[in-house]
Amino acid sequence: MRDVEVPQDESFYAGHSRACYAVDRQGRYVLVKSRGWQVETIATAEAVEDQMLRVESVRSDVLAGRLSPLAFHMTVRQLTPRLLAGNVGMFRWRVRRHMRPAVFVRLPERILLRYAECLDVTLDQIRRIPDQRASP
Amino acid sequence: MKPAFRHLHAAHCESGVTASLFANAGFSISEPMAFGIGSGLFFVHAPFVTVMGFPLTSYRTYPGTIFRKVCRRLGVSYRMKAYRSRGRAMAELDALLTGGTPVGLQANIHWLPYFPPEFRSQFNGHNLIATGVEDGAYDISDPVLETAVKCPADALARARFSKGPLAPRGVVYYPVSFPKEPDFSRAVRAGIRDTCRQNLHLPLPWTGVRGIRHLARKVRAYPEKIKDPRRARLTLAFVIRMQEEVGTGGAGFRFMYAAFLQEAGRMLSHDPLLRASEMMTSTGDLWREFGAAAARLIKERDDGRVTYNSLGDMLEGIAGREEQVLRFLLAAA
Repeated sequence: MRDVEVPQDESFYAGHSRACYAVDRQGRYVLVKSRGWQVETIATAEAVEDQMLRVESVRSDVLAGRLSPLAFHMTVRQLTPRLLAGNVGMFRWRVRRHMRPAVFVRLPERILLRYAECLDVTLDQIRRIPDQRASP
Repeated sequence: MKPAFRHLHAAHCESGVTASLFANAGFSISEPMAFGIGSGLFFVHAPFVTVMGFPLTSYRTYPGTIFRKVCRRLGVSYRMKAYRSRGRAMAELDALLTGGTPVGLQANIHWLPYFPPEFRSQFNGHNLIATGVEDGAYDISDPVLETAVKCPADALARARFSKGPLAPRGVVYYPVSFPKEPDFSRAVRAGIRDTCRQNLHLPLPWTGVRGIRHLARKVRAYPEKIKDPRRARLTLAFVIRMQEEVGTGGAGFRFMYAAFLQEAGRMLSHDPLLRASEMMTSTGDLWREFGAAAARLIKERDDGRVTYNSLGDMLEGIAGREEQVLRFLLAAA
């Protein structure tokens, strides 16, 4: 790729640039800044949209009483029961059990604290789900 | 007082960290050189390992290996340490930083607040440099960013002790001493031979050139194997993200490797390496064409011009081309 062809498309970089390697007129490799490439942006956007759909689907499950708020906070953090179990130091079946609303409401504070610490939310936040649609 | 840490803006995290730590210690080396000597170039597509819910796809070697291989091949002595205890890891990090030693860290990207939210996926293999600590916040020189940033202590601790695949286990690493007369010629050759071996001769169907052919077959089968078309598009998008997203250097590291071959060819006055560099550049161009075609399929859904089958053809072409380059390189080095 030539240095003048390095794409400067719209991206999720929030005004920042990334470094790319490309060849200059003499065929020498140089470091060029790029503001984004639409190909990357399309792939990332697809993943961002998927994550949003996941969160919204879990939100409706929580509102309908099928899942506990823990499932919501786990999904927001892009975790699975397996990863959450590893991070919080519990067995996977136990974490899965805590996804059931009836079990979740009876959890003692010390267990909730472990989840809250692990997911970077407050004790108050982990008991509920936020009202608005989360930003991606 | 020691001079302030000079931030290096690089294309990839680990080769950037390596080059930056070396340069700041007075041992000047470019990022592509670190990537090449550390044998970073690779390909793996292993459907039986899932990352973020998708088949593991990577255009580079296992995190942590680039730094170690560069050190070993150039005769640089280094320290690398992982921890069980979070408190101990943070205390020792503080001690190193206040003692004036910038260190490389491995971290989970999701917990690093200085990245835009769209890039904060649960990926444990990110590398960055901590250069100082002050009032509970760390000075971070992350090579994929344009400038140095700050990171709160609790976020950094969480990122360093995330669990799951590639768990960082609080690892810290830094070079200790450098050789007076490093043998670049030997290191470059060792790096190239290792890369060729990994990509051509590993007897596994998921790695190197074979891995690209494996991906070609998988992609062709997406329409039948993955019933939900949205899911098929997402699986393809994941491959493209691993190829093009920030920190990958673009074109799945192929341009950075070509830059390495060019620099090595000039340094050692060895023309075949310059020829190999041009060949590698054209491989990178093919990867980008594949990325662009895949993005069209993802976005336009079925305009009929790009199909999963035609993407498979492109990947076969790339595999053939890459095999050619690597065989030429193995003979040339």
